[in-house]
Amino acid sequence: MKFALSWLQALLDTKADARQIAEKLTSLGLEIESVEDASAALTQFRVARVLTAEKHPQADKLQVLSVDLGDGAPLQVVCGAPNARAGLVGVLGVPGAVVPANGMTLKVAAVRGVESNGMMCSTRELGLGEEHDGIIELPADAPLGISFADYLGSDPVFDVAITPNRPDCMGVHGIARDLAAAGLGVLKPIDTAPVAGSFACPVEVRTDDPEGCPAFYGRVIRGVKNDPSPQWLQDRLKSAGQRPISALVDITNYVMLGYGRPAHAYDLAKLDGAVVARKAREGETCLALNGKEYALAPWMTVIADESGVHDIAGIMGGEHSGCSETTTDVLLEVAYFTPANIARTGQSLALTSDARGRFERGVDPAFLDTGLDLLTSLILEICGGEASEVIRAGQPPLARKSFAYDPALAGTLGGIDVADSEQKRILAALGFEVSEDWTVTVPTWRPDIDGAPDIVEEVIRVHGLDAVPSTPLPRADGVAKPTATAAQMQERRLRRAASARGLNEAITWSFLPTNEAEHFADGELWTLANPISEDLKTMRPSLLPGLLSAARRNLDRGATSVRLFEIGRRYLRGEGGASAEQPSLAVVLAGEAASRGWATGKAKAFDAFDAKAEALALLAEAGAPVENLQVMGEAGAQFHPGQSATLRLGPKTVLALFGMLHPSTAKAFDLAGPVAVVELFLERVPARKGPGSFARQHYAPPALQAVTRDYAFLVPATLPAGDLLRAVRGADKANVVAARVFDDFRGNGVPEGQKSLAIEVTLQPVEKSYDEAALKAITDKIVAAGSKLGGVLRA
Amino acid sequence: MEQLETTLAAIAGADTIEAVEALRVAALGKQGWVSALLKSLGGMSPEERTSTGPRIHAAREAVTAALTERRSALENAALDARLAAETADLSLPAPAAPRGTVHPVSQVMDELAEIFADMGFAVATGPEIEDDWHNFTALNMPETHPARAMHDTFYFPDQDAQGRSMLLRTHTSPVQIRSMLSQGAPLRVIAPGRVYRSDSDATHTPMFHQIEGLVIDKGIHLGHLKWTLETFLKAFFERDDIVLRLRPSYFPFTEPSVEVDVGYTLVNGKRVVGGGGDVPGGGWMEVLGSGMVNRKVIEFGGLDPDEWQGFAFGTGVDRLAMLKYGMDDLRAFFDGDVRWLGHYGFGALDVPTLSGGVGVRA
Repeated sequence: MKFALSWLQALLDTKADARQIAEKLTSLGLEIESVEDASAALTQFRVARVLTAEKHPQADKLQVLSVDLGDGAPLQVVCGAPNARAGLVGVLGVPGAVVPANGMTLKVAAVRGVESNGMMCSTRELGLGEEHDGIIELPADAPLGISFADYLGSDPVFDVAITPNRPDCMGVHGIARDLAAAGLGVLKPIDTAPVAGSFACPVEVRTDDPEGCPAFYGRVIRGVKNDPSPQWLQDRLKSAGQRPISALVDITNYVMLGYGRPAHAYDLAKLDGAVVARKAREGETCLALNGKEYALAPWMTVIADESGVHDIAGIMGGEHSGCSETTTDVLLEVAYFTPANIARTGQSLALTSDARGRFERGVDPAFLDTGLDLLTSLILEICGGEASEVIRAGQPPLARKSFAYDPALAGTLGGIDVADSEQKRILAALGFEVSEDWTVTVPTWRPDIDGAPDIVEEVIRVHGLDAVPSTPLPRADGVAKPTATAAQMQERRLRRAASARGLNEAITWSFLPTNEAEHFADGELWTLANPISEDLKTMRPSLLPGLLSAARRNLDRGATSVRLFEIGRRYLRGEGGASAEQPSLAVVLAGEAASRGWATGKAKAFDAFDAKAEALALLAEAGAPVENLQVMGEAGAQFHPGQSATLRLGPKTVLALFGMLHPSTAKAFDLAGPVAVVELFLERVPARKGPGSFARQHYAPPALQAVTRDYAFLVPATLPAGDLLRAVRGADKANVVAARVFDDFRGNGVPEGQKSLAIEVTLQPVEKSYDEAALKAITDKIVAAGSKLGGVLRA
Repeated sequence: MEQLETTLAAIAGADTIEAVEALRVAALGKQGWVSALLKSLGGMSPEERTSTGPRIHAAREAVTAALTERRSALENAALDARLAAETADLSLPAPAAPRGTVHPVSQVMDELAEIFADMGFAVATGPEIEDDWHNFTALNMPETHPARAMHDTFYFPDQDAQGRSMLLRTHTSPVQIRSMLSQGAPLRVIAPGRVYRSDSDATHTPMFHQIEGLVIDKGIHLGHLKWTLETFLKAFFERDDIVLRLRPSYFPFTEPSVEVDVGYTLVNGKRVVGGGGDVPGGGWMEVLGSGMVNRKVIEFGGLDPDEWQGFAFGTGVDRLAMLKYGMDDLRAFFDGDVRWLGHYGFGALDVPTLSGGVGVRA
């Protein structure tokens, strides 16, 4: 909402300057976005008279002017404007002046060989409008030499952000009312009176849609002349950012911007029969003033005559029946439209307008007559003509809300005690009525007020929100108690652990191109109906695609090694049509695991065991029982069939997958070279039971020294080493405390189809040291366990 | 005993450990001359033994000491020679370990959790794929409310079993409703998380992070809100000169509603939070939306608004991170550029604590 200071001053009797007004508006909740003073940029432009104008010797379209600044030392200026002539009083930009329209600094320069000491300016060049057909012409008696800023006088323009709850402030008058309540002046009464009609309204006006249009007031004014509107009106509209069009259109805009009251003027000659507010009919369309054709739905309210729809009610008028310079008779429409209908219609048609913005927030239902009076008297004054009687079809909803209010609420809700008398004064100044028993009746222009808290807000915002004293929240005894949940602690721990392992945390989009999401999908996806682009369309079923794309971008930028991780949600389908958003952690390792080195030789690419190391380490941090996990297959078709695996707790619960990306997946993501990945499904990691105690299980290091023994088994080449290892560990749980594979050998000395797995076993004696017999017994158990898997102890 | 002199001279002249060993055998071995002398002691008379014994023992000790000394001298020389051959160029690089980092958004969320935990706030969460009841209706934005249109909402074509339209939450505020419904009152929670708006330019991305705060209790008023926000911002920016400006505003889910500006000072052309907004070289910037929870929202949360009241606030986590740590392009947050992550990211051990300060200084 923009308006000039002079417009405000016409409605508010105030001595406050622009700065004070701006500060007060912001403190009232009418946030100032900017205060601009166009004249501030014009101090280097001066009023000057053209003494002589002669043809430029080198150019047909240029003239050489002698320009007088009133100091008796005329300046030579080259000018190309067609209206430049001797005697004209205009505006000269002197050297050093900055032209507002283009930021150019003027200087003394030769124009086609003739020296020019400045520039005679057009309206557009000074940023004062669109006019650019010639240079500015001022009255002949304009004082020469003074700056154009002084000549124009300062009239700063305020740009105020109006929150959606304040339709009353979508007109300068409402803003003036707020300022008056805050003590910044006195609100002037609206200067209008009913204009009696001199003839019966020649058109029938009615509403057949009392739900969408409860009230439709109209009158005809005949014999008008629709010329451009007078300068003062044009200036005010321009200050509000509106382009002047014609007197009739400008007057309706003026009443809308000045009083928050939209209205419409129809060219009576283009209407046919009764003008009716009604629901649109199936298949009807309206060619609106913006030149676009809108298909209307049967629940939308329109204004129509016998021949069809002329207006999308409360939103935009029709092209066909708008006023033009030939209009002589107009029908004025001042109506009340139900806000919810307007909002729904506007949203459905994706059509915004100044009128919609006001009607959907709720215009003052008691302002129809005043609005019509303002319009009528302005039209009669500016366009001439003769007004008909008013037809008032329907009844606007005038009922006023009232609420029981307790002035103590200012303190108990608003946090500041405000004297009862001050509260009463504020409310009265805003148009509320307050009874003896503090029943507060809301003015018709405040549809937003819906209860006592709203009244507190009115009191506090006018009294001054900054005066509310800070009050500490009550604090529980002692130091702060821990608040993080187990899942939150798990996430925090994982994040720190992953970064401690040399991984960089990334945050990637939750939405993906559909094909990338499908590549990693395991069920029905969530796809947006109105994505911002095809690249951000489908919710990710895995964190990997986003990280793979990030890895590609990094490699494209020349990164040699990329180790990214992300902790976030996968978006799956849940019960009852809701989403199931599962916490997960993914890792992508691309490029070099180790770069070439003086000690290590060639660079090493990431492999599946790098991924496995991350998977196990992070699962351990997540609290998973890592020793009990089984390495199994079926990671998915996205991965290398022979170099990817799942880590499972029991045969069904997949806690993680890891391994190398399938080359065709890598290709789909434009990734050259091997890529290792990990994905952890955190929701499947079993929760710890209960809030455990701090004390750990008792432990004393064994007094006796542990013994290590190596066992090499010949096993079928297809046997997973992990199976043999698990068998060995389980062979004698009392004595075997650790076992690890330290060699996997095939070839010389090992039969075809077999491999030799060497396992180092750690044995821990408990009560006495092992003797030969004890060690043999243990060995027998280990060998027996191995042989169950087809293993034979190598000699 | 001239043999002693010869042996000692030989030991002194031995130049290998093997030669020393041979001399040891020749003197102290089973057949050695010292061993032979020691054995001869058995056949001597006591007088002879008294006079000769000490000399023999002295000879043994002299030989033993000479052998030990010579052996150790030779060993030291050998070690020195070996070590000299093992000299490494220690200006060569050691094996490199990659440096991992924590994303600034995560770091700031941890900082916020730490600060608010001290004020008794727990961290709450809710789904990002929400239904329009939780995202709008229960927050006092009925279907035709103009504020709905201002949210640039991403919708799914789906409806849930109750016929509610599914969408991407446009703010973290639905967590207010979910927290009230699941936990009742009194309540102090913050809810950080991803939110979505169909908006994209230098300062807006279609996905960003918000944090919501909610206090529901008895006797909570606007003064408590002001104190909480002041206390939070002072702790977050670790400055005591944080100045707030409260402006009346409008949010459908709060009444009264308050927009909060924080004062900043220009330092080398950059806005630094702290100092007064109205002093020369200073200004105000909007940091938080807040207000007293609307009675209707409390009702939608299943609580009695005559018994409970409270406040809520919300702000952008990415924005807080930018203000504190100096990034100026929001889009880089979601690009995953390892150079950016390395520069703006945090170390694994930069865990925010109250005793160590929640922030990490450059």
